[in-house]
Amino acid sequence: MSQLQSSSATQALIKPSTVSTEVKTSRGLSVSTRAISILTLAALLGAWWLVTAFEWVEPLFLPPPSAVLEKAWLLMTKGYMESTLWQHLGASLQRIGLALFFAVLTAIPVGIAIGHNRIARGIFDPLIEFYRPIPPLAYLPLIVIWCGIGEFSKVLLIYLAIFAPIAIATATGVRTVDSAKLRAAQSLGASRWQLIRHVILPSALPEILTGVRIGLGVGWSTLVAAELIAATSGLGFMVQSAAQFLVTDVVVLGILVIALIAFALEMGLRALQRKLVPWHGQNH
Amino acid sequence: MALLQLERISAQYPGAAEPVLSDISLSLGPQQLLVALGPSGSGKTSLLNLIAGFVEPSAGRITLDQVPVRGPSAERGVVFQDDALLPWQDVLANVAFGLELAGVSRGQREAKAREMLALVDLAGFEKRRIWQLSGGQKQRVGLARALAADPRVLLMDEPFGALDAFTREQMQELLLQVWQRSAKPVFLITHDIEEAVFLATDLILLAPNPGQIVEHLTLDFGQRYSAGESARAIKSDPRFIETREHVLARVFSQRQEQRA
Repeated sequence: MSQLQSSSATQALIKPSTVSTEVKTSRGLSVSTRAISILTLAALLGAWWLVTAFEWVEPLFLPPPSAVLEKAWLLMTKGYMESTLWQHLGASLQRIGLALFFAVLTAIPVGIAIGHNRIARGIFDPLIEFYRPIPPLAYLPLIVIWCGIGEFSKVLLIYLAIFAPIAIATATGVRTVDSAKLRAAQSLGASRWQLIRHVILPSALPEILTGVRIGLGVGWSTLVAAELIAATSGLGFMVQSAAQFLVTDVVVLGILVIALIAFALEMGLRALQRKLVPWHGQNH
Repeated sequence: MALLQLERISAQYPGAAEPVLSDISLSLGPQQLLVALGPSGSGKTSLLNLIAGFVEPSAGRITLDQVPVRGPSAERGVVFQDDALLPWQDVLANVAFGLELAGVSRGQREAKAREMLALVDLAGFEKRRIWQLSGGQKQRVGLARALAADPRVLLMDEPFGALDAFTREQMQELLLQVWQRSAKPVFLITHDIEEAVFLATDLILLAPNPGQIVEHLTLDFGQRYSAGESARAIKSDPRFIETREHVLARVFSQRQEQRA
């Protein structure tokens, strides 16, 4: 019962990211919708405080907010399982950062090839469509057998999780390029490569960034899950090892940090999208 | 001496029973503004696409300066109905785009682009974003972009079709001024009869099923505008009205023949 409550608390923290998608569409409603979201969050925090302050739930199942905050301070300064919170966070962020870097570097060219070239589509489409629906954790054991349990396996796993959404989004973006723009560039003398560089790539950029956003979401969940199973550092590892010793406040804290990072990644990508593709959604 | 030459052109879409264009011959010389006028389905867009090199004819020959046309090229500049500008670049970069593709240095291509923007009355708009422009301004940027690449001929695909009536009038006058100053031969397609009669030095009337030329007129209303007469005076001149009604009657008689 009380475990259910702790999981609903994490859901509430993830909630703002989904709410603000609706907020953006209508300016008139934005203030009130945001206010409702903030109120919802405050109410949940209040409920959390209430049930723990009156000791309706044992701290072993749900520690009070103050205990979690104290633990956060302790973790940041002293650490847990030989690493501080920053080191766990750093380990996780480094893994997803590396995976993202290589995924962007390879998935965008592959996506352009799929969208642009019949032969490339024939080669890559079945490969991506074959592995994309498989939950990454299902092929993690195979990756561990092949590549061991080191950093490389984890980065490879996340890389694969991020690769597919970016490649597919890029291919879609390339396929939906406005043919009038292509013709205009051709009648200005554009070569095949110039078309890709000056028309196709910028046209597909909004879709590519959406692909990166989706990829990062999938990658982050995959990473944390992988760390729960096979790691000696990282946020997932921290939560998992704390759970084994029933250190619930570290578990709750870990979950909150994981949610916060996911939220920050999403918001960061949206800000990037607004900055890089200001024409997207304009009447053009 | 004709620059652009179409000899007995036919075009047919794969799988279609009837050709969209049948046995079209025409030529375009240095001082000409050739307007192809026709109702929808008369194949005028196909005709422009053939000359631009976007599609290939099923029969016949298109040559520019005796050289057969093969695929799109910077020699044949195109202004599109839907402006087809690049929103990730500002106005200046859009106009300079053709020169950038040709490898012209930044300083040179921007100087040329500024010159072309001034020609279409858009000096001062260099740093604007495309989505901040009105429909008429976008078409002027499209025109400046096509001219900046210095094509041999300028092809215009219903360039003012999406504009409101007031803007269209202004754009017609602007086009005549630009045509006069740039001395480029222009091939323009439209379904607006008054526009066609006003602009054309040569007007060809296309009829559908299959698209063919049913009349070829030589006109001088555009030249009268260039000589200083006002557009309104020309368009209310009895001779202008007579020509317009003649063309209109021709379009309708063609339809009746087909129904019979």
